[in-house]
Amino acid sequence: MSIEKLTALEIAAKIKNKEISATEVAKHMVSQAVKTKEETGAYITVTEDVAIEQAKAVDEKIANGADLGPLAGVPFAIKDNICTKDILTTCGSKMLYNFEPPYDAFVTKRLADSGCVLIGKTNMDEFAMGSSNETSYFGEVKNPHNHDCVPGGSSGGSAAAVAANGAYFTLGSDTGGSIRLPASFCGVTGIKPTYGMVSRFGLVAFASSLDQIGPIAKDAADCAAVMNIISAYDNMDSTCLDIERPDYMKSLENNIKGLKIAVPKEYFNGADEDVKTAINASLKQLEEMGAIVEEVSLPVTDYALAAYYIISSAEASSNLARYDGVKYGYRAENFDNLSDMYFKTRCEGFGDEVKRRIMLGTYALSSGYYDAYYKKAQQVRSLIKDAFTNIFAKYDVIASPVYPTVAFKRGEKTSDPVKMYTGDICTVSANIAGIPGISVPCGFGKDNMPIGLQLMANAFKEDVLLKTAFAYQQVTDFHKGI
Amino acid sequence: MNYEAVIGIEVHAELSTDTKIYCSCANKFGGEINTHCCPVCTGMPGTLPVLNGKVVDYAIKAGLAMNCDINKNSKQDRKNYFYPDLPKAYQISQFDLPLCKDGYIDITVDGEKKRIGVTRIHIEEDAGKLMHDVTPDSSLIDYNRCGVPLIEIVSEPDMRSAKEAEEYLNTLKAILQYINVSDCKMQEGSLRCDVNVSVRPVGQKEYGVRSEMKNVSTFSGVLRGIDYEINRHIEILEAGGVVEQETRRWDDGKGISVSLRSKEDAHDYRYFPEPDLMPIIIADEKIEKLKNELPELPHIKRDRYMEQYGLPEYDATQLTTLKATADFFELVIAAGASPKAASNWIMGDIWRIMNEKYMLIEDLPFSAKQLADMIALIDSGTISNTAAKQVIENMFETAKDPAVIIEDLGLKQVNDESEILSIIDTVIEQNPKSIEDFKGGKGNVAGFLIGQVMRMSKGKANPQTVNKLINEKLAKL
Repeated sequence: MSIEKLTALEIAAKIKNKEISATEVAKHMVSQAVKTKEETGAYITVTEDVAIEQAKAVDEKIANGADLGPLAGVPFAIKDNICTKDILTTCGSKMLYNFEPPYDAFVTKRLADSGCVLIGKTNMDEFAMGSSNETSYFGEVKNPHNHDCVPGGSSGGSAAAVAANGAYFTLGSDTGGSIRLPASFCGVTGIKPTYGMVSRFGLVAFASSLDQIGPIAKDAADCAAVMNIISAYDNMDSTCLDIERPDYMKSLENNIKGLKIAVPKEYFNGADEDVKTAINASLKQLEEMGAIVEEVSLPVTDYALAAYYIISSAEASSNLARYDGVKYGYRAENFDNLSDMYFKTRCEGFGDEVKRRIMLGTYALSSGYYDAYYKKAQQVRSLIKDAFTNIFAKYDVIASPVYPTVAFKRGEKTSDPVKMYTGDICTVSANIAGIPGISVPCGFGKDNMPIGLQLMANAFKEDVLLKTAFAYQQVTDFHKGI
Repeated sequence: MNYEAVIGIEVHAELSTDTKIYCSCANKFGGEINTHCCPVCTGMPGTLPVLNGKVVDYAIKAGLAMNCDINKNSKQDRKNYFYPDLPKAYQISQFDLPLCKDGYIDITVDGEKKRIGVTRIHIEEDAGKLMHDVTPDSSLIDYNRCGVPLIEIVSEPDMRSAKEAEEYLNTLKAILQYINVSDCKMQEGSLRCDVNVSVRPVGQKEYGVRSEMKNVSTFSGVLRGIDYEINRHIEILEAGGVVEQETRRWDDGKGISVSLRSKEDAHDYRYFPEPDLMPIIIADEKIEKLKNELPELPHIKRDRYMEQYGLPEYDATQLTTLKATADFFELVIAAGASPKAASNWIMGDIWRIMNEKYMLIEDLPFSAKQLADMIALIDSGTISNTAAKQVIENMFETAKDPAVIIEDLGLKQVNDESEILSIIDTVIEQNPKSIEDFKGGKGNVAGFLIGQVMRMSKGKANPQTVNKLINEKLAKL
């Protein structure tokens, strides 16, 4: 078996036992990343020099008998909206085509300090706006399972890189499903943590009250190992929770007896038969393992999508206003005066989808419309939170599809933004409520494309999600990959 | 027709915290261009603000000092607009839940007390500074001021004249300096004002249409601007015209205001709650603690000086405008000096010499005790008032005790009558014409002779004794 097919924990063990050096692994994975970039467009930047340097440092420490972390020497990649010091961080946009931040994101630093080896920056929908990874200035990403299909978005590069064995794990960001959806389409495991569990410092903001960084990996155990590194209190992010975090590796128990799972029927409205079949089979599997599965109703789901697109666009319209050509990134070449520079820079620097959301958000916040849109959306947000609180008073986990269909064809929905938006129906609620959600491979549907099972839990209950996914993956093979 | 002006003022005051409002950069005026800034205060992608708790404390203190209610549940909001000095393209400010609201400041104009309402006080971040005259066809930006903490103090439209506005601003400035939350250095832009002016016929209840002058950076500019606007509005109304609601800019050099933008062009700031920051929750204990930290405020101190020390209003106001002056004054009294004498010396020779030396009261080389000692030496007749002026000058130079200076300079007053008499005899001997005049009933001979005696004694003769002895002498002639 080639080493790129191993999981992060497996390759880490080999490095630790000196079966293979971190430098050898890094060199091999850099070439894998280059290959993945060429074949699928999953990478924007491959950081060979950084990778070799970091890997050598790990080898030196191992030679000196240092006690390194459980993922030391493991090559990984970061979504291109997470800052890496002196390394291109583009957000998939022409606007930041040349932007090298003079600082690391909190998570970047945590992983470097743990001896993880950065091999590149992954492609994404421009400013994380999209469900198909077709809006990147650096080209679309292809699904490794079928190059005619999209990988899902917006962390499409991060999911495709793991699925194509082009990285052992990656970081993504999830504002309305951007980790879970591409994980589902690419047949890998991805978790969006509770809002506030992982510092957003250095994550280029899309929608500040919804954004959260999380890992995408081959299985739940790898996700748990990454969570142990990146989930920590950070005083540079006021929304980061100053609470004790569990050891997620210790939560990986192969026992879900008595676990109460709620299945909201609204999440199946409009789902394709192949998806329904796969999800129902996985629920049956969980039942066989001792879980109690019951159907519930979450009628407020109908309003989640509208609330999500108003809140996220409103925040985005403000967050993206700083890209004005004055300080960094793209600036239009010819302009007559200041407002002309603003106008041309933003017209030329942003793609259509980003402009669409900025206009949507600007409108929703405008005086005279604020109450009808933004304020109303915030009220819906409270209702959704309450609805989840009620469910979690009785259940440990909510199970649903991640997406109503398997990966769709590239170009299929690009001309119809609303059709593209409605697909996010199953994922946006977790962001609105701030609760964690995980996508676990649970089968294959049409054209043998992967299907993901979404599990959501109450805030801070990542351990329950990881345990459930781990137990499920002990008895299934859907996550074994290409 | 007679018109009445209606004036409201928004004051932006920079807070004197050690660090900026959302990052750990030094909050310091000056410094090399773009050296007091970091990725956070320049709003680089991915950076996040973290609120400096001191800013909240300072703002609450200002609120308490201006009799405001403190909002125990407050939040911060984004005010969105594009300008190159605002690197995030939004200013973090407070919209509908300011930290402080519903307060007032009492002012005294021509002996009349008046209460000016304070609508609200909120916290926000300052912007950078554009430099237009460094390069010929572009502008440069200095971000050092970006993220400097500000409070905006919004008054009710309670003022009716430039004079009232002046009193309001002086009182407000004195309060901020007293509670030590802002250095209020106008020349460094620590205080800036937006002034709203409208006029209406006397007796009319409804307000007239207002104009707003933005960012006036001197008090004199505010006052001249108010008078200019009042006259401009009245002229428009008298000519049968309609005042336009607009934003104007005060041109201090030309002494005129010019239109910036009309109501139709007003910004829509699209305020919404800042999602990167948590709500500001204030505990009762904190408010109580900050209340206890407040010093006696200037107008209360002024009233006490008038009542307790019997000082005239003018003296009491002057001495209490700066806390450092009041502190020094009270130390002089505590060291035994009479309030009126202490007040006279501070507001007289000491301020004159301080002005000559561009000195602050904090920098006086001598102590309050030394000044009190000098006043005691006058009271005891050891030195004359004239000699005391020399002593003060010398104290500025040497910081020595007044008794030592008197010894060094030989300024001790001569009280001995026989010694003074012998000088008087010499003077009379040298001025036979004066005696002739006196006998002829001409002129103020006594005054002239006293002056001569004082001169001959080099100012050391006790003037009262000289006066008494000369008059006795003349009576005997």
